[in-house]
Amino acid sequence: MIEVEGLTKRYGDKVAVNNLSFTVRPGIVTGFLGPNGAGKSTTMRMMLGLDRPTAGDVRIDGTHYDRLKDPLTYIGALLDAKAVHGGRSAFNHLLCLAQSNGIPRGRVHEVLDTVGLTAVARKKAKGFSLGMGQRLGIAGALLGDPRILMFDEPVNGLDPEGIHWIRNLMKSLAAQGRTVFVSSHLMSEMALTAEHLVVIGQGRLLADTTMADFIARNSRSFVRIRTPQRERLLDVLHGAGVTVVESGSGVLEVDGGKPETIGELAARHQIVLHELSPQQASLEEAFMQLTAESVEYHAHSETPRDLRRSWGEDWTGRG
Amino acid sequence: MSTPQQPSPQAAPAWQAGPGPAYAAPGGAPGYTSPIPVVRTHLGNAIASEWTKIRSVRSTMWTLGVFVLLVIGIGLMVALLVDANASEGDLAGESPLSFGFFGVLLGSMPILTLGVLTTASEYGTGMIRTTMVACPSRGRVLTAKAIVFFAIAFVVTLVSTGFVAMVDAALFTDAREPSQSEWLKATVGVSFYVALLGLLALAVGSIIRHSAGAITIMIGLLLAPLVIAIFMFSESLEGLRDALFEYSIPSQLGVWYSAELTESGPSGWDPLWIALGVTAAAFAAAFALLEKRDV
Repeated sequence: MIEVEGLTKRYGDKVAVNNLSFTVRPGIVTGFLGPNGAGKSTTMRMMLGLDRPTAGDVRIDGTHYDRLKDPLTYIGALLDAKAVHGGRSAFNHLLCLAQSNGIPRGRVHEVLDTVGLTAVARKKAKGFSLGMGQRLGIAGALLGDPRILMFDEPVNGLDPEGIHWIRNLMKSLAAQGRTVFVSSHLMSEMALTAEHLVVIGQGRLLADTTMADFIARNSRSFVRIRTPQRERLLDVLHGAGVTVVESGSGVLEVDGGKPETIGELAARHQIVLHELSPQQASLEEAFMQLTAESVEYHAHSETPRDLRRSWGEDWTGRG
Repeated sequence: MSTPQQPSPQAAPAWQAGPGPAYAAPGGAPGYTSPIPVVRTHLGNAIASEWTKIRSVRSTMWTLGVFVLLVIGIGLMVALLVDANASEGDLAGESPLSFGFFGVLLGSMPILTLGVLTTASEYGTGMIRTTMVACPSRGRVLTAKAIVFFAIAFVVTLVSTGFVAMVDAALFTDAREPSQSEWLKATVGVSFYVALLGLLALAVGSIIRHSAGAITIMIGLLLAPLVIAIFMFSESLEGLRDALFEYSIPSQLGVWYSAELTESGPSGWDPLWIALGVTAAAFAAAFALLEKRDV
């Protein structure tokens, strides 16, 4: 279990992490979500004792990280795949980590096998692809067989097979009763793995809730209908007390409705349906809405044409 | 039996209130327990780790290889040149060991480089974050690095200088017999001194956190005072010039071979005590900064 209390980090005037408090519980995958620059990595670095917090506290099973005598058996962390000396072989990289924590040498072979790097164990890390580097980082995290695991953007640079592998890995680690804390800026990725969500934006806590609750609260589910007998269906649905919204191009949407009820209703009145499908507004949209005000690096949506026009107007104004 | 009173039980966070093992889930279900035996780690673990690190990168072999090549190669070359050109009686009263100086002077550069790389390269590659997560006791990491580096640098220097000294003593039969203290200084003494210079470079690497920058500083420290002193012609600067000569690292290296540039200044084992003081100060700064700064 990880407890974060009032965690704050300032770099000069800039507040990177602002009074953050949350708890990461064992047995489930907790997603740590936020747009780029939200303070996810800074928070994780403070959790691992790499950065000193300006204020606040992080406790790992009740202890400060730098008090842990055998940290790798408590926490395994993947911070970034590049935190490796490129000239050292994968085996020696893991060996020096194992030795610093008194972990038996045999364990190095085990984790290399787990992540599928046994064949390249003696190769220099420099020559590894991003995906292999990511696997080496994960091997380092698993080395101490820790009860808490932290992954910072683990799917970055992985191919679909690798992404699938890491999703299942995280789920199985959590199922063994471990605490799993995963950061991402992709809501869709989190929706597939995480049971609990901690969302931050500009260093502030935006949500700390279960995934199911987040989905229920932030995404709209509706039934999408297309029919050549639009007027009749509208009458029938209206008569049954179902609210229908007409969206463009002849598509009808029923908020929170069940396709079964609508289908049976249509069949009873012999209405032809061309489409009857349950829909869910994307979580990505919900996440973007939640973090809209807190995105640090906005891409300007002004098109070049707009710019030119305002520039031109300025000229005509003067002329 | 009294239990210590919590300052404010209401405000106590869940982790204090919860009974049972600290890592138990709130629901009472136990967290994961690893079959791997948990050991309390100590400095020995960190030393083993640093030993693996230093022996598993190529830059160690390169810098030490160049060091041995310079010390032994130049040492032997100088000896052969002197032997070929010296006429009868030239070397009378001279210590044969003093010809080892030139190799060590040049060889100190790769040692400085290795010292810097031992700490600074981890910052360049990002490895330092992995290291510090594995061993959150930052002081222990730096201590282990210092011990491993010093041991390697000392042993390699001792073997190289010892070899050159033995060759010199065997070659120059018409020179005087070196005293026991001269033997000690030209082998053990100079090895301590060179390893300490490397240790200073290691501390500077930890402070600067940038390999090229730290190496530049160390090479500058090695050569600049002497070069500046050479071009100090003005009489009014005579005092400063003499001090730069006497305390420049090449001159202090010469002390180990009784080949110092001036009659005054450090002598005997003085250079070792000076290097010890400077290195201790650098380490105090390195430790303080390591604790204070973010990794």
